[in-house]
Amino acid sequence: MTGIFKNRLFWPVVSLLTLVVVNTIARPQFIEITMRDGRLYGALIDILRNSAPLMLVALGMTIVIATRGIDLSVGAVMAVSGAVALTIIDGSGNPGSLGTVAVAVVVAVLVALVLGVWNGFLVAVLKIQPIIATLVLMLAGRGVALLITGGFITTVNSDPFSFIASGYVLLLPVAFFISVAAIAVMSLVERRTALGVLTEAVGINPEASRLAGVRSRGIIWSAYIVSGTLAGVAGIIYASNIKAADANAAGLFIELYAILAVVLGGTSLSGGKFSLAGTVIGVLIIQTLDSTILFLGVPSAQSPVFFAIVVVVVVVVQSSRVRGALSRASASLTRAKTDTDDREKAEVAR
Amino acid sequence: MDQASPLLQVTGATVRFGADAVLRRVDLNLYPGEVHSLMGENGAGKSTLVKAITGAVPWTEGRMTLAGRDVQIASTEHAIGLGISTVYQEIDLLPNLSIAENVCLGREPRRLGVIDRAAMRRRAREVLEGLGLEVDTSALLGSQSVAVQQLVAIARAISTDCRVLILDEPTSSLDLDEVAELFRIIRELKARGVAILFISHFLDQVYEICDRITVLRDGELVGEYLTDELLRVDLVQKMLGHEGAPLRARDRETPERASGEALVSGRGISAGGVVEADVDLGAGEVLGVAGLLGSGRTSLARALTGVTRLDSGIIRIEGETTDLESPRTAMSLGVVYSSENRRRDGIVAEMSVLDNITLGLQAERGIIRRLPPAHRRELAMSWVDALDIRPADVDRPAGTLSGGNQQKVLLARLLALAPRVLVLDEPTRGIDVGTKVEIQNLVGEMALNGVSVVFISAELEEVLSVGDRVVVLRDGRIVDTVDASSLTTDGLLALVARPDESEV
Repeated sequence: MTGIFKNRLFWPVVSLLTLVVVNTIARPQFIEITMRDGRLYGALIDILRNSAPLMLVALGMTIVIATRGIDLSVGAVMAVSGAVALTIIDGSGNPGSLGTVAVAVVVAVLVALVLGVWNGFLVAVLKIQPIIATLVLMLAGRGVALLITGGFITTVNSDPFSFIASGYVLLLPVAFFISVAAIAVMSLVERRTALGVLTEAVGINPEASRLAGVRSRGIIWSAYIVSGTLAGVAGIIYASNIKAADANAAGLFIELYAILAVVLGGTSLSGGKFSLAGTVIGVLIIQTLDSTILFLGVPSAQSPVFFAIVVVVVVVVQSSRVRGALSRASASLTRAKTDTDDREKAEVAR
Repeated sequence: MDQASPLLQVTGATVRFGADAVLRRVDLNLYPGEVHSLMGENGAGKSTLVKAITGAVPWTEGRMTLAGRDVQIASTEHAIGLGISTVYQEIDLLPNLSIAENVCLGREPRRLGVIDRAAMRRRAREVLEGLGLEVDTSALLGSQSVAVQQLVAIARAISTDCRVLILDEPTSSLDLDEVAELFRIIRELKARGVAILFISHFLDQVYEICDRITVLRDGELVGEYLTDELLRVDLVQKMLGHEGAPLRARDRETPERASGEALVSGRGISAGGVVEADVDLGAGEVLGVAGLLGSGRTSLARALTGVTRLDSGIIRIEGETTDLESPRTAMSLGVVYSSENRRRDGIVAEMSVLDNITLGLQAERGIIRRLPPAHRRELAMSWVDALDIRPADVDRPAGTLSGGNQQKVLLARLLALAPRVLVLDEPTRGIDVGTKVEIQNLVGEMALNGVSVVFISAELEEVLSVGDRVVVLRDGRIVDTVDASSLTTDGLLALVARPDESEV
């Protein structure tokens, strides 16, 4: 029992389940999943589908944070990647062809990868503080995206492109499969190679790792490349969803939500030990909360405050200090209770 | 002194972490105006006892009286408020603040609610001058040497109205002059009636300064003795609980140095604090390095192992000129380095012993070729076994081990790489007698197996007993290289100290 309590994922999972339960109690159809035309529908399915961009970005962010870094540029990279993809599709003679879309997606992701290389270069080679290094691209990236789209919101009508965000395969949304694939690849790489343990070593003690012969430069650099690439894919899902490249709105504030998801999942911002599973749960918490706001009909003017309050509650409950205080309080309560019980028993005996 | 009542009395102190009792029914009596030494191997419970006294860990059982009154220490602030000041082994000051700010931290002199910086600097200067240290008190602490930082920590401890002063390994980073200075201060405080608890692994120092010794072993009290009545041999025996392993375990054969070809040879090495050093290291040879703090001994070690790049000079390995551009390059040539600062540059504290031991090997193999988990565990277990790392739990975070065991973990990481050249920078600093001997013996064994070792130590006796030849560094320059067998500790001391001082 104590093993479950001590598991790092215990409290994140509890938070997620609580949110689901609260929603279901408020409106039972939250939990309902219906089947139509060989597709599953329902609030839970929407959460899985809509969480895809944040999921990708947060996974990348987890690795970056594990190296003691942070990547603020992910939102801007999303905007750039969307802009590149849509400009290619828009400019081609045949927007509806699968080939065009494939080329557009590949080029967009490659551009995002290059942006990740740039971030990694600033941090790992030039040793610029990560928050500053990625701030550069965070500010400049949206400008680049606007430059690519010529200052307009490029829109396209391309069925294969829309399919990425809105399509269904085997009952479930395509976007969901993309995030599952990302989770699977990341976990496999972490498990099957030594990247996980070496990343943790670099994050916990960079100098000791260097003296132990760890090539920390490569590890840190690759973290930013992964983060950039995943943000690129997220940008495509976002653009596909709205069928447009909106340089200003794409991935706005997503870096902050991604950081929040990582922290909710139990990975410390000071680097080192990280948990991909925790991040997945963190993302689902945020997305569920987002749906809750819609679902419960919280007025849009109040939704940020509502969101903030819930996040504060979740973070406070997860803090070890509060948890310690709670368990102490409950212990003294039970003790007090047994005391009175004993006294009552004693009195009864008399 | 027995007639006086103890100022601080601890009875039956027991501290449990989970199921493990790390301290069992320990008594300690500190009398005013007396220097008391707490002795024991690593993991004997010395640090835990200190932490219990200062409120840093909760007591499971036991009581403590201060000046005859029962006290329960709730926190370290509470302890300081009661006049119990502590200087820890790992300096716990703020490197990004000035010296004055560090000395007065938490009790800054105020005027009209604002910190009075002039008064603060004045007060800090007074305290530091009392310690014989003249520094610019507005300089950042982090920019000062470890020794100065240590003295600032002591200044901070005695700048309060302290009745009990606890010094945990205060001398491990001080050189001889500074130790003498510290002892003068300790005697002064003693004359003022302060009760001092002095923890050190240096037996010489314990016998020089302490009036009374309490010995702990495996978390239990062995006994309390008057220093005058306890022979050193007996003390060591009580600490170890058995006849100590012979200090000079290695029957040194005259190393058959392959004539001419040295395994590693450096010419005109200048890097960091070392200038134009020439070094030769034969296969299977142990080269001792002696020198004071700041003599360039660490810079030499770091230059030989690729940790710092050379400013000038060349290093040849097996006759071939090499460019050691990183520790990784050096490792690929079989040259490994263990830092003097094992907590900062050595172990990765939050990772398990297993991960720490296999880190070097994994780093060498790279990201893709992961060591299979079963193999990793087997490897780590075998090293834990071979070096007798305690507790023998490879899943424990390495940071929770005692200093000596952390050093062993670090050695295991390096030895797992099957190195040809082992550069050990103060591998026995701050660790207990038993482990120290084990490490010295290990060095001997490695040498017999053909591994070359560079062995740096602040303890001249150790350098002489472990090394085949000894390189003497002074002010960044190699002043002499001598056969260890032809030298006595006093002779080496004369070489290490400045010439004008060696006359005295």
